[in-house]
Amino acid sequence: MTALNEIKKSLLVSIWFMFLTFPIMVIKVNTVEQTISWRWNRLAAVGIGSFCLSFVWRYMLKRKETGAKKTALGNGGELSAVQRLLQNPRFFKPALLATAVFALIYPFYFSMYQVNIMTTALIYVILGLGLNIVVGLAGLLDLGYVAFYAVGAYSYALLHIHFGLGFWACLPIGAGLAMMFGIVLGFPVLRLRGDYLAIVTLGFGEIIRLILENWNAFSYGPSGIANIPRPGLFGMHLTIHQSLIYIYFIMVAIVVFTIFVVRRLQDSRIGRAWIALREDEVACQATGIDKTKTKLSAFALGATWAGMGGVVFAAKTTFINPASFTIWESVMILCIVVLGGMGSILGVILGALILMLLPEYMRAFSEYRMLLFAAALVVMMVFRPNGIISAVRRNYEFKGTNEKETA
Amino acid sequence: MDPVLDIKQLTMDFGGLRALDHIDLDVKAGEIAALIGPNGAGKTTFFNCITGIYKPTQGDMFISPGGKNRIRINGLKPNQVTERGMARTFQNIRLFQNMTVLENVMMGRHCRMRAGIPGAVFRNKATREEEKRVVQESYEILEKIGLEQFVNEFAKNLPYGAQRRLEIARAMATEPFILLLDEPAAGMNNQETSELDQLVLKIREEEHISILLIEHDMKFVMSLSDRIFVMDYGKKIAQGTPQEIKSNPAVIRAYLGEDVDA
Ligand SMILES: Nc1ncnc2c1ncn2[C@@H]1O[C@H](COP(=O)(O)OP(=O)(O)O)[C@@H](O)[C@H]1O
Ligand SMILES: [Mg+2]
Repeated sequence: MTALNEIKKSLLVSIWFMFLTFPIMVIKVNTVEQTISWRWNRLAAVGIGSFCLSFVWRYMLKRKETGAKKTALGNGGELSAVQRLLQNPRFFKPALLATAVFALIYPFYFSMYQVNIMTTALIYVILGLGLNIVVGLAGLLDLGYVAFYAVGAYSYALLHIHFGLGFWACLPIGAGLAMMFGIVLGFPVLRLRGDYLAIVTLGFGEIIRLILENWNAFSYGPSGIANIPRPGLFGMHLTIHQSLIYIYFIMVAIVVFTIFVVRRLQDSRIGRAWIALREDEVACQATGIDKTKTKLSAFALGATWAGMGGVVFAAKTTFINPASFTIWESVMILCIVVLGGMGSILGVILGALILMLLPEYMRAFSEYRMLLFAAALVVMMVFRPNGIISAVRRNYEFKGTNEKETA
Repeated sequence: MDPVLDIKQLTMDFGGLRALDHIDLDVKAGEIAALIGPNGAGKTTFFNCITGIYKPTQGDMFISPGGKNRIRINGLKPNQVTERGMARTFQNIRLFQNMTVLENVMMGRHCRMRAGIPGAVFRNKATREEEKRVVQESYEILEKIGLEQFVNEFAKNLPYGAQRRLEIARAMATEPFILLLDEPAAGMNNQETSELDQLVLKIREEEHISILLIEHDMKFVMSLSDRIFVMDYGKKIAQGTPQEIKSNPAVIRAYLGEDVDA
């Protein structure tokens, strides 16, 4: 009888839709011949389509509700199938090995084009993981993240032009400069909360972009900087193909390094403080945690990774201009974090790969890309608000009297 | 010996509303003091002022850990107040809901730990040992408070009474010399209240921590406290031993028929 009810409701939705879309979908006025054609078959398509969609939507919502009830009864161990699989070492180890082997042989089996887009995707993986520290762990909504990415990219380009510095010197310098920017911006901004913080960081991102666009003497304006060298390998001369593969491996190494660092940070005194800060700011302070220092460290660390990503980006494309650092990049990276699963390393990696690679392989739908993207986001937020893989922190588990271990 | 907590002429204005009006209050070492008064009297505001959450309009606040080294705490941030040994709980429970019970207590140890970002990344010996020690210490605190059976449970899944006790455990983990409890018995049943009674006494006896508590449960307050301060409309209207307070006409008037001698 609930099914009948659902059908009734879906029917209502479809009738409503048919009514709403009637003028644009059915009536076609030919202004030249002054005739009107009625495309009734379209009405049927809209009706059936919206009925089915609405029905599926309702069904999924129902399922989600019953699912939520079930986990609420269980004692907080809301583990999805994926997470359970990952915690099983018999599955996890081979999977890790397979991923590693795949990553190593990838550039030799795929075309240059494929390697190139994979490198881009990996840059977004570290951007996502960096922003994940700020948004996912510390709970600070930063919409100007791309500014630090720009700082990294421009520090490499400008240091190369003015001082002839190479990629390897610029990687730490770019990261360091981005970190400094993070700290300088963080000081005034981090006393704001939630939406206010988001707006101010958004403004900051735009300011950096506008400066880069307009201060010609410093940043070469909108025309950008070309001929940025690719990374060198002990002075050897590399063909373009070789250096693309080289950059790919550099990115793989940086991703591994990032995962290592973020995992350790998450599970430390400072990582716990970030999470506690996200949970309850007032209680956090009253418990003796320095709010300013803790927020600032998250902000600065996130910026560091953006800076690193920026340097690699500049080296990979050999050309940068302010158009690469618009607000949409920030939004994209935020989507990676939110869609993947805030606070979850694996989730963010998957999010980055999906969001960066899928569009490349769906060029056929390129006109609908943004539409599909938006639809995917809405569906995700309704059905999996915690992201593809919701975060299970390695929470401390007390075993017996003599040790902690991890879950 | 100085009082461990000494508040002079504390005044707090919210726009036109004077929530605290020249309040004097002191807590002596090893004492259990209570702050009572009708709803809206300004008790929680008093706590928020002395713990640095609000910035008082006027007045001086001093603490003396162990009865010496008197420090003025005006202008300190909440975490600095906690670091100096004054810890608190909240009237509306503020736990880290999505962290485990053990982790909640570990957060209390935070200000007694040293490891920074390099320590977290490199996990050197000092950091590993500190982590180990903190887990152990936190578990011991849970044992003292009687929450060890919930150690790996998420805070949000705890029964109400246990959540209140966990707030106390978290505050205890900061190694305070004085503990401020804001309505610790609110919402507890009789059994839980009497357990809390025992716990507060135990904290005073075994840990030598002074206690200042806000409470509405008169039976609880009268049996437990050495001294009571009474507030109404932001003013202190009386102070004294439970006996003196019971027979104080101003207090009876403030409570207007409320059951003071229960
Ligand atoms: N942040 C604030 N802003 C404005 N007014 C406040 C604020 N906090 C408390 N008050 C006011 O101060 C008075 C005392 O409140 P409170 O300290 O919570 O009382 P109690 O804890 O004794 O019940 C109330 O009138 C309350 O509305
Ligand atoms: Mg109150």
